[in-house]
Amino acid sequence: MRIIILGAGQVGRTAAYHLAREPANEVTVVDINDELLRELQDRIDIRTVAGSGAYPSILEAAGARHADIFIALTNSDEVNMVACQIMWKLFNKDSTRIARIRSADYTRRRQLFEEPERAFAVDVPISPEKLVTEHVVRLIQHPGALQVLDFADGRVRLVGVRALRGGALVGHKLRELPKHMKGRDARVAALYRDGQSIRPTGDTVIEHNDEVFFIAARENIRTVMNEMQKLEDPVRRVVIAGGGNIGLRLAQRLETEHQVKLIERDQRRARRISEQLAATIVLNGDAADEELLLEENIDDADIFVAVTNAEEANILSAMLAKRLGCNKVVALINRPAYAELMESGAIDVALSPQQVTIGSLLAHVRRGDVVRVHSLRRGAAEAMEAVAHGVQGEGRVIGQRIEDIPLPEGVSIGAVVREDEVIIAHHDTVIRRNDHVILFLTDRRHVEAVERLFGARGKRGR
Amino acid sequence: MNFAVVQRILGQLLMLFSLTMLPSAAVGLYYEDRNWLPFIEAFFGLLALGALVWWPARKTVRELRLRDGFLIVALFWVVLGVAGAAPLLLSRQLDLSVTDAVFESVSGFTTTGAIIFPSIDALPRSVQYYRAQVEWLGGIGIVVLAVALLPMLGVGGMQLLRAETPGPVKDTKLTPRITETAKYLWIIYVGITLSCVLAYWLAGMSGFDAVAHGFTTVSTGGNSTHDAGFAHYDSVAIELIATAFMFIGGVNFSLHFLAWRYRRLSAYFRDPEFRTFVRLLAISIALYTLVLWASEYAQEPAQALRLALFHAVAMQTTSGFVNENFTAWPGALPLLLLLSAFVGGCAGSTSGGMKVVRWLLMWKQSQREVAQLVHPSAQLPVKLGQKPIDMRVVHAVWGFFAAYVVVFGVLMISLIATGEDQVTAFAAIGACMTNVGSGLGEVASNFTSLSDAGKWICVAAMLLGRLEVFPLLVLISPTFWRR
Repeated sequence: MRIIILGAGQVGRTAAYHLAREPANEVTVVDINDELLRELQDRIDIRTVAGSGAYPSILEAAGARHADIFIALTNSDEVNMVACQIMWKLFNKDSTRIARIRSADYTRRRQLFEEPERAFAVDVPISPEKLVTEHVVRLIQHPGALQVLDFADGRVRLVGVRALRGGALVGHKLRELPKHMKGRDARVAALYRDGQSIRPTGDTVIEHNDEVFFIAARENIRTVMNEMQKLEDPVRRVVIAGGGNIGLRLAQRLETEHQVKLIERDQRRARRISEQLAATIVLNGDAADEELLLEENIDDADIFVAVTNAEEANILSAMLAKRLGCNKVVALINRPAYAELMESGAIDVALSPQQVTIGSLLAHVRRGDVVRVHSLRRGAAEAMEAVAHGVQGEGRVIGQRIEDIPLPEGVSIGAVVREDEVIIAHHDTVIRRNDHVILFLTDRRHVEAVERLFGARGKRGR
Repeated sequence: MNFAVVQRILGQLLMLFSLTMLPSAAVGLYYEDRNWLPFIEAFFGLLALGALVWWPARKTVRELRLRDGFLIVALFWVVLGVAGAAPLLLSRQLDLSVTDAVFESVSGFTTTGAIIFPSIDALPRSVQYYRAQVEWLGGIGIVVLAVALLPMLGVGGMQLLRAETPGPVKDTKLTPRITETAKYLWIIYVGITLSCVLAYWLAGMSGFDAVAHGFTTVSTGGNSTHDAGFAHYDSVAIELIATAFMFIGGVNFSLHFLAWRYRRLSAYFRDPEFRTFVRLLAISIALYTLVLWASEYAQEPAQALRLALFHAVAMQTTSGFVNENFTAWPGALPLLLLLSAFVGGCAGSTSGGMKVVRWLLMWKQSQREVAQLVHPSAQLPVKLGQKPIDMRVVHAVWGFFAAYVVVFGVLMISLIATGEDQVTAFAAIGACMTNVGSGLGEVASNFTSLSDAGKWICVAAMLLGRLEVFPLLVLISPTFWRR
């Protein structure tokens, strides 16, 4: 795939890194800042073009005529939209155009981006802020989970959870899971012990501190969580640090069902968001101020979410909140190295906006009909939802029992969604035409093999 | 520093290079010149040596760092320069000393084309072919070939290319993937070479000569299969073909790529470096013609133009082909011709010298200084075409110029110290550092008269010139080795 990425910011850089490491992709990054580009080009195998991304001459120089995918990720919604429109009008009507649109004011008017007569040729508007917000909301809905990822419009979820003493299944073999579940079905897709992937079989014993990824229908997730750790109480009190885009969206989503407090340092900003929020208590102050946190009963809070712009501040305030007695702390961290450092103990969940965003980009790069991709474990693993196409009896997937499908090592099928029915995969489940198959890849290097299995005639193959 | 990775890549490269012995052996067998055996011996020897170097480090896979890049590029050229001497050294027919064999090999790889043999016509066919092939391999760059063929370099490949590619602005990649870029460069290079060979053949050269000269023309190398060079043919058509392809070889290959990709010639004329290159050539051709005719060295204007055209292009693209003894030209012309090699061709081409774009930038910078004196508070960016050039680049160009001059001076004085006269020393180092290969004085036609020490100094000059001084200077700086 020939890919053009506009904007070499946090998300743009991560996208370039993830996309360029797949040998089939040719990535060109466009940005105004040529220093940034030079540095980027030294580290990854991409081409860079310096200049304003919405100018036709710059786009042409970046190879717009032959691009398969165009991803506009600059800071400005307007530049992104205009660039997509120019791309469509002047250069390439067949390319897939993805644009980062942050402002909900634009995304709310669907007719701007949807046929017929759309105003801007944006095929897929994405908003990292919105994705991160939803990610946090799912975490709050499932207390105890490290990660909750949606498939098939949320009917199926992949949940990452740490197995802790007190969980019903901890210390037992996996094959006992169905007995505990009383008719409800779930499947363990992957298991990590001390950072190493272990192939889950019926005989695998779940140990304390294992990281377990399981797939289940949405309504069964709580039951499965109970198997892995003592069930936590539903979250009631939420403290958010940082009243930026994410903090504000988060408060808006949560304030009806939860008790939300939001700490914002800038007084004017605090005032502005307090006007936009109904039930949330907006506090003006420093999130790393011990006095303020104690005054606001941080020790009683169920979850503390640090989402300011400064990742160092997020880490420190989350650690402080944890020490002061907050049950669970979440921090937004951009640098993968920091996230790795922190998740090993100091804080409970390290949120990476790029990680959350990259999945929605990857789905469009994949050959074959891949509906959704989630990037996991800082890009090492991947979960994807692929549609089985073709004629019954033809190909290596359709009409086959799962045990007969030649899956590469470390790849497992977790569930199958057939129209509205969720079928948790067993060795004898037969894949039918148009099934949505949910796969878990512990090693993303097998992506190509899986693509080949599912996309004999790729939708946009090279 | 990551020596295991350097060792692995070097081993792979040696094994790859050993394959290039086979065509020469085949030529030897075909023409029955009884000199094919040394090539087969060299093939097995280098293959074994490469395998020996590669085997212990074969499993180390790590990304290359900037420093590894410099070390690899320098080692590539030094090691291959020596390895390329193997078949010449092994040949009992040639009976060369180690110094002469290495000199000949390095002179080939750096596309200098300085001659160590008293007579080329007398050489076995296989050796004649080998000399042309070595120049051809060195023309666009060994590293470029390695990056295109071996999927081993990954991201670090960019560091390597940058250290090898001539010119001050090196961040332009033709395609997103570095291996693709290298492949395209080679495809273009091979394409141009094939057309050159074909043109020569159609103009009346023998098949063997056409291939050999095609190789050395496009690579702007200058090795011929005859002592008399192009005078051997005495054909206007052949000289015009040679001139055209030397010129093409002296143009930035990115421009060739753009012209080929978009099927448009406008890429050339929009490039300020190309325009200056053409302008400089036009001025020197006019000047040489005028002087040759006015001084009655050439009887007719047409004869003067023919001589001027060929030599102006041959010297400025640093090919160093000759079709007569230009050192006997009247007045300042011989020196002027040698100096034009210091200007050289375009950046990113196969030619040597200091490259037109550097001179252009230095010229613009001095104009800027003058304007600044008149308008002390004016903002005067240095521009190339319509694009302002980062001052860092301009500083780097001046730094390069200073280093080049110092290195040149040191080498020249060392050569004088070995007993050469000043003119010979100046011309020999000039011919070697610019990779033109044709000098004045004692080294006007070949370098056989130099002492062994003098030859080694010239070998150093050729490598320093080809790699544009800095990659080698980096290696001898203490900061490079400090951890």
